[in-house]
Amino acid sequence: MTSIVPKEQSSESRNDLSTEEHEDFRLFGLVAFLIADGMTFAGFFAAYLTFKAVNPIAPDAIYELELPLPTLNTILLLVSSFTFHRAGKFLEKNESKQCQKWLLITGALGVAFLISQMFEYFTLPFGLTDNLFASTFYALTGFHGLHVTLGSIMIMIIWWQTRVPSGRVNNQNKFPFEAVELYWHFVDGIWVVLFIILYLL
Amino acid sequence: MTISLKPNNSSPEKLQPTGWLKYLSFSLDHKVIGLQYLVCGFLFYLIGGSLAGAIRVELISPLSDFMPREVYNQVLTLHGTIMIFLWIVPVVNGAFGNYLIPFYVGARDMAFPRLNAVAFWLIPPSGLMLITSYFINGAAQSGWTAYPPLSITTPAAGQIIWILSVLLLGGSSIFGGINFIATILKLRRPGLKLMQLPMYCWAMLGTSILVVLSTPVLAGTLILLSFDIVAHTGFFNPSLGGNVIVYQHLFWFYSHPAVYIMVLPAFGLVSEILPIHSRKPLFGYTTMVFSIMGIVVLGLVVWAHHMFTSGTPPWMRLFFTIATAFIAVPTGIKFFNWVATLWGGKISLNAAMLFSCGFIINFVLGGITGVALAQVPFDVHVHDTYFVVAHFHYIVYGGSVFVIFSSIYHWFPKFTGKMLNENLGRFHFIITFIGFNLCFAPQHWLGLNGMPRRVAEYDPQFQLINQISSVGALLMALSTLPFLWNILQSTLYGEEAGDNPWNALTPEWLTSSPPPVENWDGEAPLVLEPYGYGKKDSNETQEAIR
Ligand code: HEM
Ligand SMILES: [Cu+2]
Repeated sequence: MTSIVPKEQSSESRNDLSTEEHEDFRLFGLVAFLIADGMTFAGFFAAYLTFKAVNPIAPDAIYELELPLPTLNTILLLVSSFTFHRAGKFLEKNESKQCQKWLLITGALGVAFLISQMFEYFTLPFGLTDNLFASTFYALTGFHGLHVTLGSIMIMIIWWQTRVPSGRVNNQNKFPFEAVELYWHFVDGIWVVLFIILYLL
Repeated sequence: MTISLKPNNSSPEKLQPTGWLKYLSFSLDHKVIGLQYLVCGFLFYLIGGSLAGAIRVELISPLSDFMPREVYNQVLTLHGTIMIFLWIVPVVNGAFGNYLIPFYVGARDMAFPRLNAVAFWLIPPSGLMLITSYFINGAAQSGWTAYPPLSITTPAAGQIIWILSVLLLGGSSIFGGINFIATILKLRRPGLKLMQLPMYCWAMLGTSILVVLSTPVLAGTLILLSFDIVAHTGFFNPSLGGNVIVYQHLFWFYSHPAVYIMVLPAFGLVSEILPIHSRKPLFGYTTMVFSIMGIVVLGLVVWAHHMFTSGTPPWMRLFFTIATAFIAVPTGIKFFNWVATLWGGKISLNAAMLFSCGFIINFVLGGITGVALAQVPFDVHVHDTYFVVAHFHYIVYGGSVFVIFSSIYHWFPKFTGKMLNENLGRFHFIITFIGFNLCFAPQHWLGLNGMPRRVAEYDPQFQLINQISSVGALLMALSTLPFLWNILQSTLYGEEAGDNPWNALTPEWLTSSPPPVENWDGEAPLVLEPYGYGKKDSNETQEAIR
């Protein structure tokens, strides 16, 4: 009743696509996923803004959020988007040493962001459960920080994978690199929105 | 031209079981995954149905004597959650979508087969987890809407398990949605235009857009809710300055579209079934497509019609009333197109057709009460009464569940190569239809006269109507028996179906029954007119396609 058969007759079937097509629709799938992820943030932002609109004690009325650290964070992330882009340029030209260097810088910037966010958390006068706005603040920045953490880990993996001669990511097989890059730009973009909504508005 | 249709030997060798055991394994074949969804969903339907039975037994008498109130609340919560997240959503999307979409776009599998299998395998464990929560520490008690502050103040264990399980199921449907969008838009066989796809593809495209845009919002909301429960944050906790109305907004931003996540695919399936059994082209293809997209757009902006009694400001009520009323337009268009498809056709009243026609009737009734509910004064009167219960069961049961049965009768020959017994099927339809209407139609009256929903005890004046309703529920429960018997009997001893028993033109019928692993031996047929009935003799048209 159970016979084991080789793949060709088995239930694992695949669509036969050329490599470019395969990459094309994998990136397409990733974009769809990022849209979904973006909607989670959109829900959080909407919740935050509504809390702020309907509640007489807006966060800035209770606490003055300090701007220097978050501004520094914004710069760190924006620069890291740029350095990732540089790394991509070098990957294209197959200059793996340079590519790795820029990737490393990008990863370091990501980690720097996380450290600086930790600092900010320690200096804040409120804790997670103090009140509604404290909760919302930590939920938003924390959820974003989780994204940065995942992104930094993925950057390190990519960095490991772009080394020559044994790494698996190169200008023939760029998809993992492009996927992480897209994700990273997305996380950056979210931060900019978050920065505006949370600190500037 | 780059999609070569030769079997692909380039992927790594993989050992896979065959025979019926393949349905219990991590298979990557979209057809296997589709049937896994279907059978798994049906098992949960039996569980959810038994819980519905328990609810109706409790309501036979006005006192809470069959089960204690907490248990009633748990049963109610489990019932609602199971029916929505483990039966209808996975089956109308996952089961039929997986089975049919690759055929319809002329592909050998979904765009991401592995993601597809993962999406399915998230379902059984999270469903089991949900149900076991009942035995561990008491299931969640706050209904499938999990409104705070009730969901924060009832025992935490059950609620947290509920949240986890819904999060996993949400993840599963997001993965599914991404897969459907990529498959429909990117995997179409060369030469096949979007406007030549069978209608179910459009329905699934629209549904998947809704899934991708709204499910993550639910996920985010439930994460916040779980923080409120375990970490005592204050998002939705009024005593900490939190705001329960924000929860309702976020929740309904998902859960209103969820209605369309349950009925749009059903619309699509009906649009496949009606033309075949009335031998006529689908009437108004283009308007059908636009009405689906119209429903998607409008569906995203009407959520607050669930919150007319939550203290929303008048301008908001006005906006959401009008937006909701507008949805009746595309829905009405679809209804008239179905009727026009039937009009003057050579209708064969087999079980599939009967269930589809039953769907049309029930759905019109549910739709009319829906438009009524969108009117603020009326909603204020019947909010949280049995009128609402009647309304949404007309939509979800009279709509989606009828279509699921219709589709099973229609595609069973493709799934198994065997025919179902038509007379048993018609019998099944008749008791389901009578039982369903007997169960839910009287609830309109209950609601109009003020019987609140979600309570185990009620005013004795409502007893007779409740008993009638319970008799209807009993009939519905009994109606499952001829169905199950039919499935069992036909799978084992059924008459051979042949490849195309309905003489259909849609692509899944142009291969053998059940289809081979990679869908077609050789090249996929290029079907440019899936509804070309009556243009020539359909058999000829079919030959032309071959
Ligand atoms: C088999 C026949 C069914 C019967 C007899 C039945 C009966 C009931 C009853 C009596 C309630 C309680 C209403 C209240 O007190 O608020 C209820 C709630 C509900 N049912 Fe059903 N039901 C059936 C099928 C379904 C199906 C197929 C679905 C699929 C979506 C469904 C979805 C729900 C939902 C979402 C609720 C609301 C639960 C809540 O408010 O927490 N039911 N049902
Ligand atoms: Cu709604």
